[in-house]
Amino acid sequence: MTNSAIRFDKVSRYFGDVKAVDAVDLEINDGEFFSMLGPSGSGKTTCLRMIAGFDRPTSGSIHLYGQEVSDLPPYDRDVNTVFQDYALFPHMTVGDNIAYGLMIKRVPKTERAKRLDEILDLVQLAGFAARKPSQLSGGQRQRVALARALINHPKVLLLDEPLGALDLKLRQQMQVELKSIQKRVGITFIFVTHDQEEALTMSDRIAVFNQGKIEQIGSPSDVYERPASSFVAGFVGTSNLVSGEVAKRITGSDQKFSIRPEKIHLGSASDVLTETMYKANGTVRDVIYLGLYTRYLVSLDDGGDLVVIEQNLKTTSMDVLKARDQKVVLFWEKDHISRVGG
Amino acid sequence: MRSKSYGDKASLGLKIGAIGTLLFLHVPLWVIFLYSFTTDESTYSFPLPGLTTKWFGVALQRTDLWDALKLSLQVASLATVAALILGTLAAAAVYRSNFFGRDAVSFLLVLPIALPGIVTGIALRSAIGSLEIPFSFWTIIIGHATFCVVVVYNNVLARFRRMQSSQIEASMDLGANSFQTFRYIVLPNIATALLAGGMLAFALSFDEVIVTTFTAGQQSTLPIWIFSQLVRPRDRPVTNVVATIVILITFLPIFFAQKISAESSDTEGETK
Repeated sequence: MTNSAIRFDKVSRYFGDVKAVDAVDLEINDGEFFSMLGPSGSGKTTCLRMIAGFDRPTSGSIHLYGQEVSDLPPYDRDVNTVFQDYALFPHMTVGDNIAYGLMIKRVPKTERAKRLDEILDLVQLAGFAARKPSQLSGGQRQRVALARALINHPKVLLLDEPLGALDLKLRQQMQVELKSIQKRVGITFIFVTHDQEEALTMSDRIAVFNQGKIEQIGSPSDVYERPASSFVAGFVGTSNLVSGEVAKRITGSDQKFSIRPEKIHLGSASDVLTETMYKANGTVRDVIYLGLYTRYLVSLDDGGDLVVIEQNLKTTSMDVLKARDQKVVLFWEKDHISRVGG
Repeated sequence: MRSKSYGDKASLGLKIGAIGTLLFLHVPLWVIFLYSFTTDESTYSFPLPGLTTKWFGVALQRTDLWDALKLSLQVASLATVAALILGTLAAAAVYRSNFFGRDAVSFLLVLPIALPGIVTGIALRSAIGSLEIPFSFWTIIIGHATFCVVVVYNNVLARFRRMQSSQIEASMDLGANSFQTFRYIVLPNIATALLAGGMLAFALSFDEVIVTTFTAGQQSTLPIWIFSQLVRPRDRPVTNVVATIVILITFLPIFFAQKISAESSDTEGETK
């Protein structure tokens, strides 16, 4: 395994009785944009802090490009971090902040200046070197924090919810920008977030964390379309979970499955179904018109509710609202369900 | 018109209050200043019987005075240095780690400044005596350090609490070891707190009488020397001369300290 950037072997971190990270195995590839996704308290940030060296595993080992780093202090690891609160040094200029790592490593002044200029161009902050962090906007501070980490050419860049403090527009813009910067510099990015959209937008692979364990690792489409557990199905996007007797009536097996609301079609008894589809009868209980799409809440005749989303391609709000209390037939491709455990 | 005259009245009251307060604070200082030029050597008679600068000459001749001043400066400097080091370390420990009994430690650190000096003095005297350490220059410094540490500790701890703690992690993350992190990140962040705490500690030590009388051997610091001069009224104006010199020496650092702390509170306001 020469091209794995980070490897976790049975890594645990306990805080007293709390298992923040519980025997996690993980392998992150070189040059990958890897996201750790999960609710707060799921252990994703603790994993990141253990890679950075701010925290040490209670047991297990962490390898960085084949080298065991579990007990190395942060300053002896070739990784850099972009902090959630940016952690810029308020008493230094933007230029001194960014060049701090090079100054510590005693890189000659001329090379320092050259690399500073390059990195300022990369994050589009040319001309800002003499300012103080207090004179910058939130988005600009974010770029300074990114530049300060990237200028050291780390093997791995860690990002701890770096976009959390930005407003929606800026956040979406930075998502695209981060991804393109990552492609240009070719460094492994490990991105911690609780925002599933952020993770789906940027990542090559995603690890979904829950209660100190990884529920699933996979590409964004894997995690979205083939959730491995009901937690993943519920946390990444919205999902319908069907189990027990109802599941048996629809699919012939009582194993729990999940189906995405947008994969379900709303039809009537006259629709002809092919062999590749499942169907269920029900009554529309509620209709929520959302402009781009409409969300229906359908009560199944066999019990349970399903959420259905249909795009308003040809329908108007008047049309969709008529569906309330109507008998409907729901159908979807057999391929689109995902059998989930637990 | 009416509201204007009302406003004028209020500001007149304020002016009188402000002038009154300033006079109350500064008239005694001017009296001291004035009587350092009097020709009358034992009483405070007004108006002055005559003006002379001879007491400055007399003061210059008095080696006991200069020894006392030198001792006071040495004690205050060393006590301040000790306080800066110990106070900063204590503040860092209390701020960074969350150990059992942390609040109790914090309380115990602050206690000496609240205790009457007489209690600290007698406690130190019996402790030093029972350890059979001879009373000396160093025991004075130990005595002064007990309350000087507190003011540095309080100032630095307050600054630590306002500092973003992730800065320290960021510095280590960027390759700086603990020493470099302290040198480039922590020290600049707490510099003005150290300056303010250090100056306060110096001032406290410089004019301390009670603890000093309990912990000194044969030495007399400047406050003790002045105190002893009051007992025998000969050459009284010499003490006034000393007071005048001390006022002049004190004026400059206080003036600059005010400027520095005003500036740093400006920049701190900006970063928030």
